[in-house]
Amino acid sequence: MRVGEAASAMLAAEVNHIVKSYADKAVVNDLSFSVAQGEIFGLIGPNGAGKTTTIRMMMDIIKPDSGDVTILGEKLTEASKNKLGYLPEERGLYRKLTAIDSIIYLASLKGMDRHSAEEKANELLNHTGMLPHKKKRIEELSTGMRQVIQFLVAIIHDPELVILDEPFSGLDPVNTELVKRMFVDLRNQGKAVILSTHRMNEVEELCDRILMINNGRAVLHGNLTEIKSSYRSNSVLLDFKGELGEVPGVIDKRTHKGCVELVLDENTTPEQILERLVSTGIVINRFEVATPSLNEIFLKVVGKNHE
Amino acid sequence: MNKTLLILRHEFLHTIKRRGFIIMTLIVPLVALLAMGVLQLISGIAEPPVAEEVTIGYVDKSGGFEGYTQQDKVNLVRFDTQDDATEALVEGDIKEYFVIPPDYISTGVVSRYTLEKQLEAPADIATAIRNFLLSNLLADKVPAATVDRVEAPLNLVTTRLTETGAIAPEQGGFGNFIIPVVFSLLLSLSIVFSSTYLLQGLGEEKENRLIEILLSSVSARQLLTGKVFGIGAAGLAQVVVWVISVPILLSLASSTFGGFISTIQLPANFLVLAVVYFILGYLLFAVLSAGIGAISSNTREGQQLIAIFTLSLFIPLWFMSLLMLFPNNPIWVVLTILPITAPVEVMIRLGVSDIPAWQLAASIAVLVLSIIGILLLTIKVFRTYLLMYGKRPKLGEIIRSLRSG
Repeated sequence: MRVGEAASAMLAAEVNHIVKSYADKAVVNDLSFSVAQGEIFGLIGPNGAGKTTTIRMMMDIIKPDSGDVTILGEKLTEASKNKLGYLPEERGLYRKLTAIDSIIYLASLKGMDRHSAEEKANELLNHTGMLPHKKKRIEELSTGMRQVIQFLVAIIHDPELVILDEPFSGLDPVNTELVKRMFVDLRNQGKAVILSTHRMNEVEELCDRILMINNGRAVLHGNLTEIKSSYRSNSVLLDFKGELGEVPGVIDKRTHKGCVELVLDENTTPEQILERLVSTGIVINRFEVATPSLNEIFLKVVGKNHE
Repeated sequence: MNKTLLILRHEFLHTIKRRGFIIMTLIVPLVALLAMGVLQLISGIAEPPVAEEVTIGYVDKSGGFEGYTQQDKVNLVRFDTQDDATEALVEGDIKEYFVIPPDYISTGVVSRYTLEKQLEAPADIATAIRNFLLSNLLADKVPAATVDRVEAPLNLVTTRLTETGAIAPEQGGFGNFIIPVVFSLLLSLSIVFSSTYLLQGLGEEKENRLIEILLSSVSARQLLTGKVFGIGAAGLAQVVVWVISVPILLSLASSTFGGFISTIQLPANFLVLAVVYFILGYLLFAVLSAGIGAISSNTREGQQLIAIFTLSLFIPLWFMSLLMLFPNNPIWVVLTILPITAPVEVMIRLGVSDIPAWQLAASIAVLVLSIIGILLLTIKVFRTYLLMYGKRPKLGEIIRSLRSG
């Protein structure tokens, strides 16, 4: 799927055929994708798939062996680094520095002046409920709190593109929800967000498009809804009361927790099956077209090569 | 503000707030004070007779040694026999005695007897005995003024002239030697501490991966430049504190030392060269530390590697006494030009003798070229190896990455 055909819609990031090898092993092998402004893009794959290496090449922390990366329409420069926000996978801050000083210093390196950095930091700390901890040293904060501070560092300078590597690891459910809401806010402001994670199901609800990689290669790329529907097995989920007899068009029944999955034959659509079920007179509590989870799709795509 | 300046400011403030830095800044003047105190205590113990009179005995078997029995603070008492003298010594009437044998005139041998265990006769006692013998030997043969001169024949006053024959403004001597030595010691200490801070800072950022956030905001060049100059400024501030506080503390502690300091004339070019060599010396070690910080897998390993270089920095101080004895040996020229030893060697040599202009020029040129060369190499390996941690690159890998950049 192409996003942003119009000239005004500059791509937030464009990656062309990048390759990176370590000790003759290709960690990233000929990867290409693009991220549009105003979308949340999922970079997903198992551990060791090459996600972090890809991100580091996008951030110009390491150079690709071949291929190129364009950020906001140009090669990454000192000036355009100010428009990027980055949350690395392994987190660290100056342990002896206070939370507020850490945020202000790292924000100033993104080109913010001290005054507005402090103002914005206070606003964000207040928003995340961290304001009472702002004078504490980083070493005095819990892992989850440090993570929130790092997340604030990634977004305080109002970046056009935010790249987050495993943003939810170490966060409790409350903070996870908070951070997710902030992602959606960023997208709604027209920013591009790249989420990299190996916990594929965690980002299903957030991502507009995804790139699934395995062993440094792209295995799936595109609109999440379309991918899901193309991998849909022809089956429905049903929770009902009553006696379900033979239903024409159903070739298999699988019992799951709380529901039954009806596998349909090729000529039967879910709509037809619903009509037939209603006509049998059973009480239907839930009827749903079964869509596979990203995890299931991944396992299907990678097959036995994985594990 | 420029990003390099932001990093510089942050590193400066971060360094001077470190507990280790504050302790070091305070402890050096205190240690100097303590060392002076210990020195005075020891020299005080070594020369107690200056204050009190001492009585020693002698037995004259040669004859003719009767007068001049009061030598400064030493009072000489004549005994007829050695047994009498020994008895007086055991009784504690005299501190020691000596025997002038009958053949003294032909051999010069004098036997000394004491209850104390000593390395050698105390200088004041030996001088007293010597002057007592001299005065008695020369009595009535030469005028009294000649006797005085024979006792102290040489009071050498040296004046250094310039090439035009005028009196040189800078006269040399120990007074002028002590400041360069103290300064070079402070300089090496500060260089060692500063490069350790740089190494630790890089190590911390590398181990906790803050380096990724930093490099996503600034370039490796900005990061390195800011760090090197920020921590360097902190090191300079430390030296300034030392240079100001040490003389003040010392003159407070001892008026004699304070008086000595006021007599010191510094060579005119010394201050300029001191600042130049401090900056160049620090920069050399800073870029070395950054390079080592980049390739070493953790802070401890980095510190072991940099220790090889910091030990070399102190080489001129080890050989200082040889330099004082043989100031014109060509080995000093080598140490002056070798970049790692140059900062300290030049400081010490300035205190001992003059350094030809060509040697200074060569030394500064080699230092500057080394700094630039190591900096360029460091920036090249920096990006590759800062992201590796827990694994040290092999030499071959480093060379390969230098080639590919």
